[in-house]
Amino acid sequence: MKVSESRRDCLGFLAAFGLAPWSGAFAQADQAQAAIRALVMDARVRAGRVGLEIPPLVENGHSVVVSLQVDSPMTEQDHVRSVHLFSEGNPLPGILTAYFTPRSGRATVTSRIRLAQSQRVWAVAAMSDGSFWQTSAETLVTLSACTEER
Amino acid sequence: MGRAALHCRFQAELFRQIRRVMVSVGVCVGLATIISGWHLDARAAEPQGRRSATLDLSRDTRAMQDDDSLNPATFWRLDGEALWRERVGHANRSCASCHGEAPDAMKGVAVQFPKMVAGQLLNLEGQINRCRSMRQGATRFAFESNPLLSMAIFIGAQSRGLPIAPARPMDPVIPVPTLPQSTPLVNAEIHSDSAWKSLLETGRALYTRRMGQLNLACVHCHDERAGARLGGNLIPQAHPTGYPIYRLEWNAVGSLQRRLRNCMIGVRAEPFAFGAPELVQLELYLMERARGMDLETPAVRP
Amino acid sequence: MSLPLRLLLTVPRSARRGEIIEVRALAQHAMENGLRHDQNGQVVPRDLLRQVTFLYNGTEVFRADLHTGVAANPLIQFNTIATESGVLTVIWKDDEGRDAQTSSRIEVS
Repeated sequence: MKVSESRRDCLGFLAAFGLAPWSGAFAQADQAQAAIRALVMDARVRAGRVGLEIPPLVENGHSVVVSLQVDSPMTEQDHVRSVHLFSEGNPLPGILTAYFTPRSGRATVTSRIRLAQSQRVWAVAAMSDGSFWQTSAETLVTLSACTEER
Repeated sequence: MGRAALHCRFQAELFRQIRRVMVSVGVCVGLATIISGWHLDARAAEPQGRRSATLDLSRDTRAMQDDDSLNPATFWRLDGEALWRERVGHANRSCASCHGEAPDAMKGVAVQFPKMVAGQLLNLEGQINRCRSMRQGATRFAFESNPLLSMAIFIGAQSRGLPIAPARPMDPVIPVPTLPQSTPLVNAEIHSDSAWKSLLETGRALYTRRMGQLNLACVHCHDERAGARLGGNLIPQAHPTGYPIYRLEWNAVGSLQRRLRNCMIGVRAEPFAFGAPELVQLELYLMERARGMDLETPAVRP
Repeated sequence: MSLPLRLLLTVPRSARRGEIIEVRALAQHAMENGLRHDQNGQVVPRDLLRQVTFLYNGTEVFRADLHTGVAANPLIQFNTIATESGVLTVIWKDDEGRDAQTSSRIEVS
């Protein structure tokens, strides 16, 4: 038995009991912040106006329902242009981006996303007046027991 | 001592330690469940004591199961509906050719399986394939293939909400009014009930038999520790009320046999092959243990 | 170029003018992110739905870009104002630029 295989076996086994420290194989908070920077450039991002609904304890990381709402009248003069969802702990930071118009009525979007591990997710909204607003939420993701992983 | 041998010893010792922890946790839980009056004998279990895993789903996952417009299994069900009408094989027959419309013909059918057909214990997938080869002259669907799962979901969905009731040879014969008169009634098998009882007993023995490197039997988790947690997951009582299910872990639909194989891999046992008699016997035992509970096909599970 | 894809679109059949209605779109797709290995240790190639576009009588009213973090068999649920009777269309587009669409009629009074 190769060393790395047995170590993975043991980690996997410990992880099944929610005990494994993650090896940090994926980039952390920096990658989400870098993605947010790339979006907003030099503009200031304020906290607030964005609602992010995600279960704090995730049933299964393969499919997590997430709802985003942005507080806005959604008129021609004052509406949400887009909302962006970023991950701190997935292999890649981008999850999804929704683009609204005044005809949307409400700036809300619901989807099912993947979370590779326990992490913080960030939601950033871009308004028609050029301002940016953000919020974040922490989630706990455990490995499933009894899968096809040998 | 070589490095590989050291790691194997480390792993064996780790399993022993973890088993010790599980046993001590299990003793506490086991005592609690004994005190609360939980019965291990399936036939003696009161309906009130049994709990479908549906009740323990998160709000979002429950919504996914209850709403066809959110449940990905709907795609497989729609495929099954199309397959029901498709003429295939030498006989150039569709399911509809013999059975007519599925909501009428298949209502109450899925809940009868597994059952004895021509001396053999068949689950629903087995019956579908039997019809394909014998009645339609078509090739059988491969185990766990999308067409087979689609048909099992479509047929199962016609019994949603009905009580699980595996057909026993001693039960009264259930006529199939939609079959033409010339077709022999395949579900009217009158066999000695001792054959069926013996298969049920084999299923029960498999359920209580220790397996794998972890040396655990189904009963240790699903009877003795149901409601406790394994890592972040709640241990269910393991009533197969919703199969084939959409499992979030698979991102796909799958049969009860696929799920049972996952359990066996989970205890580090070599899983039975798809279609193995042991799996069908286990299915029979589990469905009999769930007798009276509502069918929920297609359910969503984590 | 068209993609054979099973789609579901759930919208109300009728609505009052100005009412905010809910649109729910579901697609049957594995959403392979190109990072998964199969049973034989081979990398499963990336195959993703990249964009969902919502058209109200041909006018784009909502759009979403999907990345690797979206779950398999993707769901997208959003709102739109019922402005007039007509056809609501959802178009899903993948990595290769192939698309699939489904439509539903709405009566607005």
